[in-house]
Amino acid sequence: MNQPIIQKQTSSARLNFYRKYENTILALGAGMAFLGMWELLPDMGLVNPFFVSSPSRIFIAAQWLFAHGLWHDILVSLSEFAIGMALATILSIPIGLLLGWYRKLNATFDPFITFLNAVPHVALLPLIILWLGIAMESKVAAVFLGAFFPLVVSVMAGVKTIDETLLKCARSFGANDRQVFSTLALPSSVPFLVAGMRLAIGRGLVGVVVGEMLASNAGVGHMMMLAGDTFQTDKLFVGLILLAGFGYLLTEILKYLEKHFESWKL
Amino acid sequence: MRLEACNLFVEYQMRRSQQCILALQDINFVVEAGEFVAVVGPSGCGKTTLLNVVSGLQAPTRGKILLDGQPIKGPGRNRAMVFQSAALMPWRTVLRNVTYGLEIQKSTPTLAEHIGRGLIELVGLKGFEESYPRELSGGMQQRVNLARALATSPEILLMDEPLAGLDAQTRELMQIEIQHIWLQTKQTAIYVTHLIDEAVFLADRVIVLTARPGSVKTIVPVNLPRPRLLTIKKDAEFHHIQSMLWDLIEEEFKKLGEPGSEMLS
Repeated sequence: MNQPIIQKQTSSARLNFYRKYENTILALGAGMAFLGMWELLPDMGLVNPFFVSSPSRIFIAAQWLFAHGLWHDILVSLSEFAIGMALATILSIPIGLLLGWYRKLNATFDPFITFLNAVPHVALLPLIILWLGIAMESKVAAVFLGAFFPLVVSVMAGVKTIDETLLKCARSFGANDRQVFSTLALPSSVPFLVAGMRLAIGRGLVGVVVGEMLASNAGVGHMMMLAGDTFQTDKLFVGLILLAGFGYLLTEILKYLEKHFESWKL
Repeated sequence: MRLEACNLFVEYQMRRSQQCILALQDINFVVEAGEFVAVVGPSGCGKTTLLNVVSGLQAPTRGKILLDGQPIKGPGRNRAMVFQSAALMPWRTVLRNVTYGLEIQKSTPTLAEHIGRGLIELVGLKGFEESYPRELSGGMQQRVNLARALATSPEILLMDEPLAGLDAQTRELMQIEIQHIWLQTKQTAIYVTHLIDEAVFLADRVIVLTARPGSVKTIVPVNLPRPRLLTIKKDAEFHHIQSMLWDLIEEEFKKLGEPGSEMLS
């Protein structure tokens, strides 16, 4: 049997278009189908909208919320997250460098870091609220505690992977410890810091939301807690979508950063 | 600058056992200012250790190592090292890699950039100032490595098998390049290599080390006119020196008694 080796090009333009965007079309289709079902099933009386809400109900709730102070909640949550993350990043770099570099410092502080890194940091929330109250400070602290330890541990790991020859090179030019830190240890631990961000962002978000739900007077988590307590499912979903969107945005930024610093790895 | 080693011993303390390993034993030699000296010897004989001691990264266990009569106490700006692996910083451009030593030694940025650009041109990388190391070939990276060492205008240039990682053709071209640069700068140079023809081609004198513990077996002068062209490698005198060196190293290999060494002659 002689099969033709080259298949005839029979595919139409429409088929080519589909092949090119197959992943997008499938994802979009599934999303649309899900939203359609979600909208239609409660209307048809098959499921109870009180429990599952529906896209149009959520949209109306969102409009109402944005007109009644949701911006303020978003701003509060964002500030808590941003301040806590910024503090954690700024402090984790020098502390991670020192702990990774000096064996004795590492040995001294290792028990504290191991303990605080191992304890589920939301378990510290009652204590933090006791110390700092229900305003923004306690949530900033919750984000900080969640993010700081993964970052410190990553930077420490980065210091330990410094290229031996580069170190020799720096030393042969007469570099002192401070110069080795700034010109070698800092840049070579940046990719590790970015990798640690993944875990830090996740924990930071949990810190904000759980902190606000536990005790606060503003924020997206606070709004969701109120909505839940008063059986307003639609508003609950608005908060959920906001959080998912924010998490997605951060993951994309992180992907970009990881790609950018990938080439810095030795 | 005149370099002098007197009865130099270097021992390594093994981590696990209390045992000491003698790497260099009773090394004596003198390198005159402006001289190009190559160091050859069987693998593991302590060639790199010798360079580390001269650079000041490692202290000798006993004996003296003197620069113009002064003992070497640590790294200094009168010496610079070219490493076997290019050891470039992937986050720095070619220019900023070349000026790294100047930055450490606190030169002004303008001066550093001026020197850096000049050296990049000298090593034949003009136009690549703003490239990153990953965009360069192995040979080009080694040129940057060389330029970085030259940037601090050291009086002694220490080279640790800088061409070992390159392919045969690039290596030969780089040998010409290194000679060309050295003829312009006239720095004292110590060049460690395991390639005998490279040593003969580049050096004024070749120090032959014995198998471990390394000590100076012989020092062979190479009286070939400069500038040397690659065709000199076909010269009778070149061959004579090369085979003499090979015989010396062969004796040392036999002492090591490594498998296959009985096949050497």
